[in-house]
Amino acid sequence: MRKLGTAVGCVLILLWCLLPVAWIISLSFKSQTAITNGSPGFLPKDGDGAGWQNYTDVLDNEQFRRAIFNSIGISLIATLLSVIIATLAAYAIARLEFKGKKFVLTMALAIAMFPVVSLVGPLFDMWRTIGLYDTWPGLIIPYMSFTLPLAIWTLSAFFREIPWELEQAAQVDGATSWQAFRKVIVPLAAPGVFTAAILTFFFAWNDFVFGISLTSTESARPIPAALSFFVGADPFNRPASLLAAGAVVSTIPIIIIVLIFQRKIVAGLTSGAVKG
Amino acid sequence: MAAIDMKNIVKKYGDGFPAVNDVSIDVADGEFMILVGPSGCGKSTLLRMIVGLEDITSGDMMIGDRRVNDLAPKERNLAMVFQNYALYPHLTVYENIAFPLRLAKADSKTVDEKVRAASKTLELDEHLDRKPANLSGGQRQRVAMGRAIVRDADAFLFDEPLSNLDAKLRGQMRSEIARLQKKLGITTVYVTHDQTEAMTLGDRVAVLKRGILQQLASPRELYTNPGNLFVAGFIGSPPMNFLPATVEGNIVELPFGKVEIPADKAAKVAGRGLLIAGIRPEAFEDASVVDQTRQGSTFRAKIDQVEWLGNTAYAYIPFEAPPEVLEQLQQLERDLDGETLRTQLVVSLDGSSKVAEDDDAEIWVDTSQMHLFDPATGENLTIDLERAGRVPALEQGHDPAQQAKAEHEVADQQTAAAESADG
Ligand SMILES: Nc1ncnc2c1ncn2[C@@H]1O[C@H](COP(=O)(O)OP(=O)(O)OP(=O)(O)O)[C@@H](O)[C@H]1O
Ligand SMILES: [Mg+2]
Repeated sequence: MRKLGTAVGCVLILLWCLLPVAWIISLSFKSQTAITNGSPGFLPKDGDGAGWQNYTDVLDNEQFRRAIFNSIGISLIATLLSVIIATLAAYAIARLEFKGKKFVLTMALAIAMFPVVSLVGPLFDMWRTIGLYDTWPGLIIPYMSFTLPLAIWTLSAFFREIPWELEQAAQVDGATSWQAFRKVIVPLAAPGVFTAAILTFFFAWNDFVFGISLTSTESARPIPAALSFFVGADPFNRPASLLAAGAVVSTIPIIIIVLIFQRKIVAGLTSGAVKG
Repeated sequence: MAAIDMKNIVKKYGDGFPAVNDVSIDVADGEFMILVGPSGCGKSTLLRMIVGLEDITSGDMMIGDRRVNDLAPKERNLAMVFQNYALYPHLTVYENIAFPLRLAKADSKTVDEKVRAASKTLELDEHLDRKPANLSGGQRQRVAMGRAIVRDADAFLFDEPLSNLDAKLRGQMRSEIARLQKKLGITTVYVTHDQTEAMTLGDRVAVLKRGILQQLASPRELYTNPGNLFVAGFIGSPPMNFLPATVEGNIVELPFGKVEIPADKAAKVAGRGLLIAGIRPEAFEDASVVDQTRQGSTFRAKIDQVEWLGNTAYAYIPFEAPPEVLEQLQQLERDLDGETLRTQLVVSLDGSSKVAEDDDAEIWVDTSQMHLFDPATGENLTIDLERAGRVPALEQGHDPAQQAKAEHEVADQQTAAAESADG
């Protein structure tokens, strides 16, 4: 009886979470005309189906391909830089006693609490003057500054868990401080590093506000912004099924990334890595 | 392989805490040196200064003929076994042992040979592919040893390597370590606060108190000729008895009566007034089981309690002590991390003794084994310096009173640093 209850609960929650996703997938397989004419029902009716047409259209679209490329590039670079900086900063915070440690930590939190919208205006002006407007770095920088605090906090919690003696043992075994960090500390903090990486990648990939305000052309516009600018053949009729296909395509990289990183996180946690 | 020579080593921590004070210890090539002392006396600090994990405030640290004060740990070529082993949890046993070799960029054939040789010595062969988290305490301990012996290190350093093991395993690993050290003939410095380890493993033992070297001698010398009250009370279990004593001629007056001591001992303490007599429990015996021809004195005392262990029996006899002696003994008890002082005599009797609780027994004592200490400085007045190793406080140019004063100063500084850290 209880098992049944759990199962029903799970199904309900899954429905709640996945229905919109399922719906958008269903949309992406319907033809444009069918949608314009109003096509209720989950599965496309006879003659309404578009097969993979929407997908090939989307992928053939130069604008969309650019946007995908921008998004992947910007998110990956932001993630990589953010994780590297956060790892080093978190290590310093966890291990070293230095003046201004509290200050760094509070500032990091304060920045993370800033509402994104309140920064967009000033950033727009600044980027225009400096020449970062509508460039990759123009997006990478704000993404990093919003994800770094969380990444630093997560990682320093992980570093604090690692016994300092491991590092000292490595040094006695003949490692330089850097080798000890790279060969012992970083592998042990790997679950933390991947958590931080996922968080950063999510933020960068899903961002809409910066993406739409700090870009003006295809040269840096990421997918969420690009989708909102997407117009098909008829400017007065938004190509809903094409957009749906675009949305589905743009979730694929996220799913891949999560699957890859998740395995690392789980592997790290179960190997008892952080236990002395 | 190399000798380690510490010259006037001082360590003051960042908060002003003087953890090691002017310690000089010379460890000969191939020697097994033990560092002992109560908790917080600076043993680990000293060891970590040898290996390079802690800066040296002043003094010279010599390994072989190199001064290593300013060298990083990796340049000192020493191997260390940590108290909690510090195994790398993400690496297999094999890779843990191979770690130092990989850092030294040894080719994989050499690595394999050396790792397998080490694992054979330590009987780790069937565990090579496992992760440290899945090993038992003793196995982890052996992996840590393996990591130390694969390298051709100049010396081994151990920081209480057996304190996390249960009693039986500790005994096994202790003889394992002794065997390994003999076989490899490698210079070893070993920190412990376990009596048995100190006495059985060490060629020589350095006793520290509050970061000050008290005595550096072989286990036998420490036991038979302690340099001061502290060493006398620290070495030996059950500990040495301390009794108030006054000497007149060859006669010592103890709380239980008068006993006679050898003339040479009496000469050393003539005219010193109130002293503290130190007598080990096994220097006593039930007078009725002692061979009549043996030298010694007897006295009568009322037995408070008897613990019979089969081969021996411990009898407890309470006594009164005058305030001067009591104060010194209380201080000693604090220094030794002991429980509150009970002024009672512990005597070890033969298992065949029939002495029972509340008996008024006749006890025999071998007075040639008695030491007499100065109650003010704690100095052993009857020490045989020829057979006492090094006692820094009694060396040429040193005055025990001066040393006692210096120790008080260190104690004050330590309290001050600890208080300012709290506040
Ligand atoms: N980083 C530090 N900063 C300040 N004081 C310290 C520091 N590390 C140790 N101490 C102090 O130095 C003294 C010696 O410490 P150490 O670790 O060498 O003691 P120990 O003899 O190894 O004791 P135990 O037997 O408990 O391990 C202690 O009183 C300790 O409080
Ligand atoms: Mg210690």
